[in-house]
Amino acid sequence: MLQKLYDWVDERLDITPMWRDIADHEVPEHVNPAHHFSAFIYCFGGLTFFVTVIQILSGMFLTMYYVPDIIHAYESVYYLQNEVTFGVIVRGMHHWGASLVIVMMFLHTLRVFFTGSYKKPRELNWVVGVLIFFVMLGLGFTGYLLPWDMKAYFATVVGLEIAEAVPVVGGFAKALLAGGEIIGAQTLARFFAIHVFFLPGALLGLLGAHFYMIRKQGISGPL
Amino acid sequence: MSEKEHKVSRRQFLTYTLTGVGGFMAAGMLMPMARFALDPALEAGAESDFVRVASLDELTEEPQRFDFVVEQEDGWYSSEVTRVAWIYLANNEVVALSPVCTHLGCTVNWEGSESYPENFFCPCHGGRFERDGTNIQGTPPTRPLDVYEVQVEGDDVYLGGTVQR
Ligand code: HEM
Ligand code: FES
Repeated sequence: MLQKLYDWVDERLDITPMWRDIADHEVPEHVNPAHHFSAFIYCFGGLTFFVTVIQILSGMFLTMYYVPDIIHAYESVYYLQNEVTFGVIVRGMHHWGASLVIVMMFLHTLRVFFTGSYKKPRELNWVVGVLIFFVMLGLGFTGYLLPWDMKAYFATVVGLEIAEAVPVVGGFAKALLAGGEIIGAQTLARFFAIHVFFLPGALLGLLGAHFYMIRKQGISGPL
Repeated sequence: MSEKEHKVSRRQFLTYTLTGVGGFMAAGMLMPMARFALDPALEAGAESDFVRVASLDELTEEPQRFDFVVEQEDGWYSSEVTRVAWIYLANNEVVALSPVCTHLGCTVNWEGSESYPENFFCPCHGGRFERDGTNIQGTPPTRPLDVYEVQVEGDDVYLGGTVQR
């Protein structure tokens, strides 16, 4: 049945070469844990991406209940966690996943560093990786404010004071991020927009570039 | 079983087990999110409390409009909303009709059109109902107006949720 459906589409659109081109490539021996168990360190990039997919999916679902408004944000998080079936699980995935993605990204970066994979011709992919790192930190920072409880509020107060400490542009950066002088209604709305639209958009673009370069250059050779 | 009787190739075995395990993991991830999103559609609606709306001696055979306030729980937001009932006496029985047109949800009024006395009239598409809420053939609504659950205690008339007839 599925095979028939596939054949029907394939006959008309010739889709086989498209996915073959993406999916069909050999895993070199030195990155295959079945050959050398220590090659599991090459999995961390994929694991980072896997957790990122979970973050994006669980985040999309959270926005079905979450409202970025200082009067109702806390209540809406309380409601989705305690009243909605599986709310604890979906919020839990997003909450723990946010930390896990940083851990995975860090391990992936260590692997790239110790295998020297950042060297020519892969310097640009290291640069993109660092940008991804900053986007992830931004997602963690902006997401943390969203539940609008005491911890969220003061974490943001502290974060914005750190931004303010930057010479020359600090005051401007803080006002821009906070949406004014007060850390309040406008800050929450802005952080929400950054968290769910701007940074995920940037992240997807950067991941696209990251994967394109890997495909183009191949995985780096054995030590 | 001899080696030859194995009809499953290595490739097939891997395809089956890997899609099986992968599918199981994907389902474990997606199932909570799907149930989470479906929650409002699967949870039963809340029971509504009875609210005092009128006293018996205000009521007549003629439907009269009564406004009353109920507590409404909407997820994380609770508020007081105003409801309307058209209440009249039919053989000393209290009848309370919902003003929500059964066509597409506009609001009906008793004698809302001068051309149709003795009818509930809906301005949206000219739907009409008899005094007892029965829809009039030839106008858009296809079923009678809903009725409120009624409780009479002494002189006080209490209304609960609406029921379809
Ligand atoms: C890699 C990407 C992401 C990371 C690292 C991340 C991180 C976070 C963090 C740390 C929180 C606070 C969680 C808590 O206090 O329990 C949060 C909350 C939230 N995030 Fe994300 N996020 C990501 C992607 C997304 C995306 C793509 C969306 C939506 C399209 C989203 C929507 C939300 C919402 C609605 C909340 C508030 C609900 C809550 O606090 O549980 N997130 N995020
Ligand atoms: S909604 Fe009342 S007649 Fe259409």
